[in-house]
Amino acid sequence: MQVQLTVNSKAVTLDAPPNTLLVQALREHLHLTGTHVGCDTAQCGACTVLLDGRAIKSCNVLLGQVAGSSVQTIEGVAAADGTLHPMQAAFKECHGLQCGFCTTGMVMSAIDLCNRQPDASEAEIREQLEGNLCRCTGYHNIVRAVRQGATAMKA
Amino acid sequence: MGAPDFAKLPHIGESVRRKEDLRFLTGVGQYTDDIVLPGMCHTVFVRSPHAHAVLRSIDKTAALAAPGVIAVFDGQDVAADKVNGLPCGWLITSTDGTPMKEPPHPILAQGKVRYVGDHVAMVVAETLQQAKDAAELVAVDYEVLDAVVHLADVRGGKAAALHEAAPDNHCYKWAIGDKAGVDAAFAQAAHITRLDLENNRLVPNAMEPRAAIGCYNRASEEFTLYVSNQNPHVERLLLTAFVMGLPEHKVRVIAPDVGGGFGSKIYLYAEDVCVTWAARKLNRSIKWAADRSEAFLSDAHGRDHLSHAELALDKDGKFLALRVHTDANMGAYLSTFASCIPTILYATLLAGQYTTPQVYCEVDAWFTNTAPVDAYRGAGRPEATYLLERIVTRAAWELGLPQDELRRRNFITQFPHQTPVALQYDSGDYPACLRQANELGDVAGFAARRAESEKKGLLRGMGYSSYIEACGLAPSNIAGALGARAGLFECGEVRVHPTGSVTVFTGSHSHGQGHETTFAQVVAARLGIPVENVDIVHGDTGRVPFGMGTYGSRSLSVGGSAIMRALDKIEAKAKKIAAHLLEASDTDIDFSNGEFSVRGTDKKIAFANVALTAYVPHNYPLDKLEPGLNETAFYDPTNFTFPSGTYICEVEVDRATGVVRVDRFTAVDDFGVIINPMIVEGQVHGGLAQGIGQALMELCVYDRESGQLVTGSFMDYAMPRADDFPEFRIGHVCTPCTTNPLGSKGCGEAGAIGSPPAVINAVLDALRPLGVKDLDMPASPRRVWEAIQSAPSVAKA
Repeated sequence: MQVQLTVNSKAVTLDAPPNTLLVQALREHLHLTGTHVGCDTAQCGACTVLLDGRAIKSCNVLLGQVAGSSVQTIEGVAAADGTLHPMQAAFKECHGLQCGFCTTGMVMSAIDLCNRQPDASEAEIREQLEGNLCRCTGYHNIVRAVRQGATAMKA
Repeated sequence: MGAPDFAKLPHIGESVRRKEDLRFLTGVGQYTDDIVLPGMCHTVFVRSPHAHAVLRSIDKTAALAAPGVIAVFDGQDVAADKVNGLPCGWLITSTDGTPMKEPPHPILAQGKVRYVGDHVAMVVAETLQQAKDAAELVAVDYEVLDAVVHLADVRGGKAAALHEAAPDNHCYKWAIGDKAGVDAAFAQAAHITRLDLENNRLVPNAMEPRAAIGCYNRASEEFTLYVSNQNPHVERLLLTAFVMGLPEHKVRVIAPDVGGGFGSKIYLYAEDVCVTWAARKLNRSIKWAADRSEAFLSDAHGRDHLSHAELALDKDGKFLALRVHTDANMGAYLSTFASCIPTILYATLLAGQYTTPQVYCEVDAWFTNTAPVDAYRGAGRPEATYLLERIVTRAAWELGLPQDELRRRNFITQFPHQTPVALQYDSGDYPACLRQANELGDVAGFAARRAESEKKGLLRGMGYSSYIEACGLAPSNIAGALGARAGLFECGEVRVHPTGSVTVFTGSHSHGQGHETTFAQVVAARLGIPVENVDIVHGDTGRVPFGMGTYGSRSLSVGGSAIMRALDKIEAKAKKIAAHLLEASDTDIDFSNGEFSVRGTDKKIAFANVALTAYVPHNYPLDKLEPGLNETAFYDPTNFTFPSGTYICEVEVDRATGVVRVDRFTAVDDFGVIINPMIVEGQVHGGLAQGIGQALMELCVYDRESGQLVTGSFMDYAMPRADDFPEFRIGHVCTPCTTNPLGSKGCGEAGAIGSPPAVINAVLDALRPLGVKDLDMPASPRRVWEAIQSAPSVAKA
């Protein structure tokens, strides 16, 4: 099955079996291994990417479903010269990551959240991050990072 | 250099942002499953669907004929190649002098399966999909046997035996303390508080599921194992010396970026051995990556105790003695450190922060048809703390005393303090932690907050927990006397490069703890160079000289101390080089802020210049000193370290639904000297989330009839999420550790150790007005609602 889509602003054509998940296409075909697989029930959010600007769990979408769409992964978030996206910078500044495994999905969710709700309260951030599990940080510094990232994204 | 001088150096106590973050934030971290090797194939394990069964036959024919399949191996293949079973690293001796029962722990089942998820066969194929498809075609004929999963069902000794070596499923009976002395103290008691409790079984659930890639090079006869693991050298030692009989110099174990461990990645697992063994057989690189369901089935679980405790007090509320009996679930086989968790790491902590003169604890360990149980964040110490802090709060309520008052009356205030259960605490200030927690948590305002909650129709409660833990594992000679089959030192190599930058090789492993930053701060502080000029290498037996790895909050206090010792050697040698260059005696050389100077003169030389001279020894005392500046040290601690603290939790309970909301959580810890407060607080936050998760949500359930794992996914096992917590209030007290050169005590597990009893005490405090006296973890809405419904005041109404 041939599928054409845009990944991190580049047009790509993939030839993959019809049961290929988007996350498999990203990791195994495009070697974009920053998108992680932390569960098999669409609960953990480690595989979160942006699909046409909205955060989705790429383990829960077939490659065939995203034909013609635009996908952004963590590898496409920083500027071409390496300058971090304000949300990435906020995670570093606020120590919003430890082992790093959930981090990429967490950052993608946070970017989408702040695009939609630039003035989200702490309670709203906590509620909206429900789909992303982290076992290291207790979420404390992630929430701080998202608030700081939101402010920086508005600037 | 000693702790007091060290703590004053630049960078110590500074929240340096982490050096490791950039790769994780940009998606270029490399976890095991991200690695793709040339010609790599994939393996999937056929796992037992039954909790207990005889393996009548395994028919591999159809699987072998499936597309892409390279091989299918089962227990007979393993036995034919004489691969040993997995060893247990700690021998516990029973009270009657007999060794614990150590039944074989084969890497692929031999004749029987003993838990759902037990390894039956491995299917190797060109692609993962082909391996998965073929695994479905392995036909296994099982004769299903009765299973036992719960401690309450196994401890009578009448359940169907898992192992021939243990016909009553009893692994050991172990005890510590003076039983006669305790009994005598109880006879004198003015008051006795009793408590039965369960420490709920948990699944560690590091976000990165376990993974391993076995590789073999026929020309050099060398193996490489990439594995998501917390201690690659220990993994190699167990793999080579105990299981496969390989020479260590032919085996390299690499634990690359590891997505969390929490204990579950300390151990040598069957899958790690299988991919290594099969790599040589097939001359291929073989990858295995667990999916989450497989992780639930096969990762070592944590906790799972049933205990009865009794606390004897005098008329003034002074503790006279503590008597405890605990049943501990080992699971189906003994995992790497399973046996020492409910014994050495548990009962020795039962004195807590208190002067209790007598403690006696007896532990029975049992085999059941469940996944092996081993260390999970805290490992024994959370179980001890939960028991002790629950019974202390209950005693306070029975005596009509505030929770903090009874604690204060019994705190140890003189150090060093020898407890009746083997440990000698070196330092601490327990009243200071309690005082600061009371202030930070605004305990004075509790009554007003309770009144506010009542106006909203909610019950509010406050719970205390004053924990102690023994970290910095461990003095090797003491551990050896207690049954450890390995040393527990750490190794560090400091390699100064010719231009004065430094690479450190540490046997500690970082999988979220931030060693690459904290350890760099230690080195930068000592050598007076920028943190950016220091890189930390870990997780590779091919690069790091040796190591015992990361667990028991030991990395900084033991691993960091090894680096300190290596730095002592670097400094001593560099002083000699500087003395030569400055034409002075090395005893007259001072070193500070990155400069060597001759005492009483203005003669000085920078560290980088000395480093350059060491590698370009043109003007150098070659007759007395070797060139180069590269030193290795092995550090074996002289005592455990003893982090401590007081935690206060406030909850609101909705009596209509049983929902508990943590409204306020205050943690004041004494970790000794802190290198990087930002990282330390992050460790506390994470520990608190796991401890509060245990108290309110998490429970691993096996069906008591069938032995099936009921909570086998994130759909069934309640993982804490962002909206389950408030912002945490964190404070620190510092009494430096007196037994290591950093003064550091360890911070990785405290949150998970101290928090569960604080939460449950808070919930019980909220429910006390209704007459609810007891509640087991997790205090889920259903359990709380049921407790409320059956409470005397509610049931009557």
